[in-house]
Amino acid sequence: MSAPLLQTRNVTRCYGMRKGLLGRSVEVRAVDGVSLTVERGRTLGLVGESGSGKSTTGRLALGLEKPDAGDVLFKGAAMPGTDSLAWRQMRARMQMIYQDPLGALDRRLQIVEQVREPFDVHGLGQPKEREALAFALLQSVGLRADQGRRYPHELSGGQRQRAVIARALATKPDLLVCDEPVSALDVSIQAQVINLLVDIQQELGLGLLFISHDLKVIRQVSHRVAVMYLGRIVEEGEADLLLSNPAHPYTEALVSAAPVPGRRTRPRIVLQGDPPNPAARPSGCAFHPRCHAARERCKVESPLLKPMPDGRLAACHVAHDQANFLKAAS
Amino acid sequence: MADITAAGSATATVDKVAPQPKNRIPLLVWFGLIWIGFILIVALTADWITPYRFTAYDLRNRLSPPGHVLHWLGTDELGRDVLSRLIVSIRISLLVAFGATVISAVFGTVMGFLAAHFRGWVEQFVLMLADFQAAMPFLILALSVLAFFGNALPLFIGLMGLYGWERYARISRGLAISAGAQGYAGAVRQIGASPARVYLRHILPNIASTLIVSMTLTFPEVILLESGLSFLGLGVQPPMTSLGNMVGYGREYLTRAPWIMLAPACTIVLTTLAVSLVGDWLRDRLDPTLR
Repeated sequence: MSAPLLQTRNVTRCYGMRKGLLGRSVEVRAVDGVSLTVERGRTLGLVGESGSGKSTTGRLALGLEKPDAGDVLFKGAAMPGTDSLAWRQMRARMQMIYQDPLGALDRRLQIVEQVREPFDVHGLGQPKEREALAFALLQSVGLRADQGRRYPHELSGGQRQRAVIARALATKPDLLVCDEPVSALDVSIQAQVINLLVDIQQELGLGLLFISHDLKVIRQVSHRVAVMYLGRIVEEGEADLLLSNPAHPYTEALVSAAPVPGRRTRPRIVLQGDPPNPAARPSGCAFHPRCHAARERCKVESPLLKPMPDGRLAACHVAHDQANFLKAAS
Repeated sequence: MADITAAGSATATVDKVAPQPKNRIPLLVWFGLIWIGFILIVALTADWITPYRFTAYDLRNRLSPPGHVLHWLGTDELGRDVLSRLIVSIRISLLVAFGATVISAVFGTVMGFLAAHFRGWVEQFVLMLADFQAAMPFLILALSVLAFFGNALPLFIGLMGLYGWERYARISRGLAISAGAQGYAGAVRQIGASPARVYLRHILPNIASTLIVSMTLTFPEVILLESGLSFLGLGVQPPMTSLGNMVGYGREYLTRAPWIMLAPACTIVLTTLAVSLVGDWLRDRLDPTLR
C-alpha cells in the first residue's frame, strides 16, 4: 500500500500576538494539532468560519510555513525546509490556487508570460516551445490566445482565476490546494470554475485540498469534509454523511445556515456571539459558549476527535454520548 | 510670470472638470522637462560649448559685469569667465547628484529587499541602520567623513550616495513584504521561483515607479546638499568647480559683483524646481490609482 498523497500529523502553528503597546506577547494557536489526509484523485473539503485556521492549514500543507509541532508528509516523505532548493523543486508537484486571482498575478506581465513561468522555473520543455505550451494550457482552461496576450486587469474575475489555474497546472502537479478559489467570484462564474476544477481532477487524478467557508461549494466538490473550529478539527467524514446528518452541533449550525431550495426541513440554528478570541480559548470544548447542547462536562473537559460508529470522526461529548446510548439501546 | 500661473491653473481646472482621454502635460511640467533636457545637453557637451577653459585667467577683464563682449555672463575676481565656469559646474554638480542618487537608490533598494527576504535579525539590523541614518544630521556625518578621509570626487560622490538610502530601503522593504504576503510575489515563490527571480523579475518592475518618484525627490536634495557642502568649503575643491563651490567663493563679492554668485544660484533653483515639478507629475502619472 502506497503512502497517501499528503498527510499532516498533529500540525500546530502558533503566532505571537502583542496586546497594546507594552503588553506581553500572547501565543495564539492558529492551528492546533490538525491531522488530515488527502488521497490521490480525491478532494478533501475544509470548512470553517473566518479565523478558524483553514488557510493556515493550507499553507502548512504546502510547506509555505513551518509547523511549530507535528509534521507534514508528501507521498510519505517529510516536507523539506521552506525556500530550500528541494522545497522549490517540490513546487512542481504541489500548487496553490488563491482567493484573489488579481492579487496572485503580476499586473505588469501578460497572462501568457505568467503561465509559461513554471516552465522557465523548472526548466520544462525547450525555451522556444514554452510559449506554445502556455497557450495550449490556456486553451485547456478555456482562454483564447488573444486573451493570453492581455494583462490581468483586462480580464474578468473568472478569466483571471482560469489563468491562475492554468499556471498551477503547468507542471502537472499531484496536489492542488485551493484556498477559497471561488469566494471572490460571481455565483454564475463560481459554477464554471468549480466544474473546471472537477474536470481537471478527473482528467489528471489530482488530490485537492479545497478550503472554503461556503458549504454548497464544498458539497459540490468534496469526497470528504473536515470542519474546523478555532484551529481544531471538530468533525471529519464522508461529505454526504457529514452534510446530511451532522454529528457535531457546530457542523449542524453551519449546515442549517446554508440556504436550501424549497422548504426548510430542519430548524435554522443561529449561533450566538462571535467566534471566541483564539488567544483566550474557552476551557473545555472551545465551542461550548455558543453550543445549544452544551453540558457541564463540556465546560471542563476538552473532547477528543474520536471515531463514531458510522465511521466519521467527531470531537463532541454530546454526539459520542448519543451514539453510545443508541448502541446500548439497540 | 502672471500669464504662466494663470495658464497653468486654467489647464489644471479644465483637467479636473473634463478629464480628456489624452492626458495633457501641464505648462509647468513642460518647463521642467525642457529645462532638464537643456541642462543635460549642457552637461554632456560641456567640453565643446565652453568659450574658455574654466581656469583660464583674463586679468585685464576682472570683475567685468554680464553683457561684456568677450564674457557674456561677466568674469570673477581673477578674470575667469563665469559662463565657462557655470557650464563646467553644471556638469560636476549633475555628476555628483546623479551618481549619488543612483548609488543611494541601488543601495537602499538592496537593503530593503534583504530585510524583506530574510526578516528576523537582518531586518532588525537594516531598520536600525535606517533609523540611525535618519536620526543623524547628514551634514555632520559628511563633515566628519570629509575631515578624516580628505576629499576626492569619487569619495564625495560615494558619501553623497549615503544620503537618503533609508527611504528606498523602507519603501522597498514595505512593498516587497506586502507583495510576498498575499500577492503576486508569494504566488511566484509558490511556483518554485528562486528569490533572485522573484525580486528582480517581479517585485522590482512593480515598485519601480515608486522608486523613480522617490529618486526625483532625492535628486534636488542632493544638489542642494552638494551646494551646501561646497559652500562650506568641504565639497568640490578648487580648482575644480561646482555650483555650490561657485556660490561659496562668490559670496565675498556679493556686493560688488553679484553675478558671480547669482548665475549658479539661479541654476540651482531652476534645476531643483524643475526636477521636483517633473517628479510630482510623474508620481501622479505612474500611480495607477490616480489615473
